[in-house]
Amino acid sequence: MSIFVDQSTRLVVQGITGRDGSFHTKQMMSYGTPVVAGVTPGKGGQRFEEKVPIFNTVAEAVAATGANTSVIYVPARFAADAVFEAADAGVKLVVCISEGVPVLDMTRVWPFLVERGVRLIGPNCPGIITPGVARVGIIPGNICAPGPVGVVSRSGTLTYEVVYQLTRAGIGQTTCVGIGGDPIIGTNFIDCLTAFQADPATKAVVMIGEIGGTDEQQAAEFVHAKMTKPVVGFIAGQTAPPGRRMGHAGAIISGSSGTAAEKIAAFERSGIAVMKRPADVVPLVKAKL
Amino acid sequence: MNIHEYQARELLARAGIAVPPGVVATTAVEARRAMERLGVPKVVVKAQVHAGGRGKAGGVKLAETPEQAERLASQILGMKIKGLTVTKVLVVPATEIASEAYVGVIVDRITRSPVFMVSPAGGIDIEEVAAKTPEKIFKTTVDARYGLLPHQAMALAFRLYADVAQVRQAADTLQKLYRAFVDAGASLAEINPLVVTPKGEVVALDAKIAVDDNELERRPAIEALRDVAAEDQKEVLAREANLTYIKLDGNVGCCVNGAGLAMATMDLVKYYGGEPANFLDIGGSSNPEKVVTALKIITADPSVKAILFNIFGGITRCDDVANGIVAATRQFTVDRPLVIRLTGTNEQAAVKILEGVGMRALTDMDAAVEQAVKLAKGGAAA
Repeated sequence: MSIFVDQSTRLVVQGITGRDGSFHTKQMMSYGTPVVAGVTPGKGGQRFEEKVPIFNTVAEAVAATGANTSVIYVPARFAADAVFEAADAGVKLVVCISEGVPVLDMTRVWPFLVERGVRLIGPNCPGIITPGVARVGIIPGNICAPGPVGVVSRSGTLTYEVVYQLTRAGIGQTTCVGIGGDPIIGTNFIDCLTAFQADPATKAVVMIGEIGGTDEQQAAEFVHAKMTKPVVGFIAGQTAPPGRRMGHAGAIISGSSGTAAEKIAAFERSGIAVMKRPADVVPLVKAKL
Repeated sequence: MNIHEYQARELLARAGIAVPPGVVATTAVEARRAMERLGVPKVVVKAQVHAGGRGKAGGVKLAETPEQAERLASQILGMKIKGLTVTKVLVVPATEIASEAYVGVIVDRITRSPVFMVSPAGGIDIEEVAAKTPEKIFKTTVDARYGLLPHQAMALAFRLYADVAQVRQAADTLQKLYRAFVDAGASLAEINPLVVTPKGEVVALDAKIAVDDNELERRPAIEALRDVAAEDQKEVLAREANLTYIKLDGNVGCCVNGAGLAMATMDLVKYYGGEPANFLDIGGSSNPEKVVTALKIITADPSVKAILFNIFGGITRCDDVANGIVAATRQFTVDRPLVIRLTGTNEQAAVKILEGVGMRALTDMDAAVEQAVKLAKGGAAA
């Protein structure tokens, strides 16, 4: 079992012929992901790698192939419209990898998705992988292994680091979700925690947060009130100065809110085992399994 | 991106909001002439820097004669506020004030929407109002597809004023502020204070706009407002190379791919008893040139005693990074010890490239950080 992505996933790639899109589509296909269609306007009728049919629009791709999940690799300025298009075509899970999407674009996308019951992961995220089943996005498949731990994170390479440490220690994962580092994202920590709590195969959850916003604090309250499964947590940015954006648009301490100390305290109050450094993930998760 | 107050005032004025006249001066003489040109009995000379608390720092002063304006401007120009040098002042007529309010719009992470905030307790730090008297702040969530609706603007304005004429003026200002916010691609736009003059006019006295960096590509007119002189020069160099660099106080120079891992690396430096000298994210799909620029920036910082690379290859290829490191050492002297951790995509190729020039690479993050901290303290490598 897993969350969001499983054996029923039928993937359409938006921007399949672009530089990033084509590179990662090959990787997703070699991982065994069911890539059923691609979309590049103007290239409808062609095939990607002589296998995957390419369409001019997502609606055509969905009608012809029954795609139910989309992954977006288009340049940032086209990303919001790509999400609108996928939602309009009836896709129920949209994973937006594109980095640099204007935040105001996302404020218009969000209510549109809510009204249609569409789940968005990202933007500016590494995507989602259910080890051994499907990789939707850019998380390297070789650092993951199937197993009992759910992973949810705001970061990209830091997620890889933590997952790699788990896998090296023989601890596999049900699903790893990178929710993205922007101020406005679709799926948040609580959505993922809810899904992991409901997934019978997930026995423990690793949650990787960072400075900025209050998502982690709210997630901590959720863990305390609603979760029976053990949660291990990490917060990046303990040494970050206030008022400076630490790479991710969302990673900024404003005033006294959004600090690592505040988030770690919220974790501790809620019974989340706190990792002081990435390597702590192995002993802490082992103790909970 | 931050823009100056005088630039934000221009954007508001262009949106039709009542903003008093003002003149920007870069020398004290210009400040005197500005007051003469304005032809008013009193002016305020205001430092233009990307920092809050200008008044408390002595960067905002009242002048009653052109000579005094010149004298005050000469004190303010060149002054440092939160580490930033003042190179411009704004000279504006001193306005008589009957009441001060706060109005602002931000992108709110929780509702994933623009949210308007207004308060009749304006003129002071709004975060302080929020902390001490939250009941004096009124909020309205905007559906970004429709914008701030007229009745929403009226309802907010009624929170500020009792006089209907003032309410109508304020509601009009709110709608124009929203338009300016959207047109600038802002993440924040605020007027603090929004004042009522003794004659009953509603006027924007101070304005602040923060622009979402992701909007700049499609808004060249806003990008043109960037004041490179007001920014840290190393950060400007980094941005032009598509890197993110932030100077910190320690002595372990860090070069990492990915913002989250970069923060975790800084934290681990601290964990092992060291202090990071900087945050530096070389980003994804990094080419060797970016790595050369990154090393140039890090080595230009005299407080750096050891340099730590922490690369987890995904989109970033480890061999690209290794080639960048080798290229950098050929272009200029890297006279401080390097500790390199590489793992992931094309790791083997990277190790070969580094070994070819007598460098070695570690695969474990903890081991690398520990060693870099030791070297920065003057110890020998393990």
